[in-house]
Amino acid sequence: MSDPAIELSSLTRRYGERLALADVSLTLAPGQTLAVLGPNGAGKSTLLRLLATLLRPHGGLARVLGHALPEQAWAVRGRIGLLGHEPLLYRELSARENLAFHAALHGVAVARAEELLAAVAMERRGNEPLRTLSRGMVQRVAVCRALLHDPELLLLDEPRANLDPAAGELVEPLIGRGSGRTRVIVSHDPAGALAESDLVLGLVRGRVALLAPAGELDAAALGELYR
Amino acid sequence: MYGKRLRALSLTTIATLTATLALVFFWAPNDADQGFLQKIIYIHVPLAIVTLCGFIVGACCAIAHLRTRDPRWDMRSYVAIHISLVFGVGVLITGSIWAKGSWGHWWVWSEPTLVSFLLVMLLYATYQPLRFAIEDPERQARAASVFAITAGAFVPINFAIVRLSTQYVHPRLGSGSLPGRMEVVFLLAIASIALLWTTLWRYEMTSKHAAAQLRTLARLLGGDEDDVPPRRSAAPSVTHLEGVG
Amino acid sequence: MSAPGTRAVVAALLRKDLRIELRNFESVPAMALFSVTTFVLFHFGLQRDTLSGDLAAGVLWVTLLFAAVLGINRLFVADAEQGGFDAFLLSPADRGALALAKALALLGYMLVLELVAVPAFALLLLGPPIGQALPGLVLVLVLGDLGVAVIGTLVGALAVRSRARDLLGPLLSLPLLVPVVLGAALATKPLLSTPVGGLPLRWLGTLAAYDLVFALIAFALFDFLLED
Repeated sequence: MSDPAIELSSLTRRYGERLALADVSLTLAPGQTLAVLGPNGAGKSTLLRLLATLLRPHGGLARVLGHALPEQAWAVRGRIGLLGHEPLLYRELSARENLAFHAALHGVAVARAEELLAAVAMERRGNEPLRTLSRGMVQRVAVCRALLHDPELLLLDEPRANLDPAAGELVEPLIGRGSGRTRVIVSHDPAGALAESDLVLGLVRGRVALLAPAGELDAAALGELYR
Repeated sequence: MYGKRLRALSLTTIATLTATLALVFFWAPNDADQGFLQKIIYIHVPLAIVTLCGFIVGACCAIAHLRTRDPRWDMRSYVAIHISLVFGVGVLITGSIWAKGSWGHWWVWSEPTLVSFLLVMLLYATYQPLRFAIEDPERQARAASVFAITAGAFVPINFAIVRLSTQYVHPRLGSGSLPGRMEVVFLLAIASIALLWTTLWRYEMTSKHAAAQLRTLARLLGGDEDDVPPRRSAAPSVTHLEGVG
Repeated sequence: MSAPGTRAVVAALLRKDLRIELRNFESVPAMALFSVTTFVLFHFGLQRDTLSGDLAAGVLWVTLLFAAVLGINRLFVADAEQGGFDAFLLSPADRGALALAKALALLGYMLVLELVAVPAFALLLLGPPIGQALPGLVLVLVLGDLGVAVIGTLVGALAVRSRARDLLGPLLSLPLLVPVVLGAALATKPLLSTPVGGLPLRWLGTLAAYDLVFALIAFALFDFLLED
């Protein structure tokens, strides 16, 4: 029985005098997918950023890939991939230039960028500045960026927004359930989330409203969250 | 937590201030050259010394804040700088009055100390706008601490450089050239202004602390601890409250 | 997979910034144009055809300083707006590399700016011929630019994620840069006088010391500004 990929125990994060996350506890096994659902302002993005080591916990414990945050964040940074609303890419640079930059930041060989570009069918437009490409294409390059360093843990914030169905299919083996990586997905689509996750966390106003394996839930139970 | 020694502190401050004022007006000799106006140095210089020390205190609290990430240190730093800013305005005003009385101009560039002081005040005047412009409370506190440390380092360096560049020397009163009586009053004046600074510092800390406790109580009584309307403010708020929440 | 070496990261960051600058032409041309326009303003404002000595030194350095503020304002904008901070923070790269890369970039912008501004100054406003003063002047310019680079990096990072970043940048950096202007102007003054005086080592030393102290402070504190 290997170590859990994510272990949270009474995790708390404040924003001034408010509580962005309060008393969140869960365990996620490697290779499994956690879906994080909840209304706006529930703390979903905060949780994701905290797991990505971009935010520090204010209380409780967090262990990601076996390392405690924030003390051992350094050990984990190169093994997490984040894909959110923003592509985190520079519009003036081309896909290849962006990926070469990220490869240098992570200490990874650039060859991998080429493989990924081909996998998302962007290799022919790899040298055009991103500001000339459509939102969907930029998102595909963002997927490459997130996977460039072959992360064990993927943090996805509505990853399929801005992707047309064809692009969605291209991207699926890379960031989907079949990719073999541990995943945390923030989603506004309860039905879709249920279908592709193993564990579901429902957050309301920073607190855990729901935490159960996906198999035990149905759409009705999830609808309650958004009430 | 902060209110404990406030009464004793206030009484001591009032006592020393009164004593200083009495001595200034009735005991200290009049200066041969400048006459009665010279007595303003008993306010001006202590204010200046305490202000600059206050900025350094702010910088030290900021260092503690960055190392421990405890928001209480940020609060201390903020209040220290806040009060020193107010005292600093007093320095500029009293300095200006003195300049007018002594040299006939409201402002003189040949005064390196006054010029350095103006520069320091111009820098610290950006402290509150900086805080107000950053909404995320934690980031605000961290940016403010970085600023406080940078500005705190700037204070002595700036004084040294401006002094290097000017020939005229601001009348140096601390170099042992004060006759006996003046020196006594002077030291007493420094002590009383320092006490005043410390008392005001404690008052402001207590008041902010109490306000934060009140807000927490109100939220708890209102039944919804997490429903806090976002307050946009330049001042930090303390959330580690002993015994409450 | 080991953490990448700092030198490689700094190189990658610099390459990225310079590429963006070359494609956008936002900072440096604006700074250069601004400085030439300011010289013209000074001509009209001071009602003088030529300047020398302390007036020349002052006008030159104040102009360079205001142009620098333009550059400082733009230094971190692309990163803040396009998620560059997050991308950097997600990687195992050393945080100090970003500070170093930005300082080097700003230094580069200033040097390119001076390639335009100094000849323009010599042409438009300077009385004495500049030839003899050049070697000393270059040294003062480099030391002054180092001060700008260091303080600009710190202030730029402080101001960029605030709401009034275009206002806070100048407000924060100008007082901190006054000693740089002071030292640089005093060092430049004899160079622009007739006859050309010697380079005052005392002011070069002061400039260098100031640069060093604030470089240490900036690099020590920079990490705290990057976090979310």
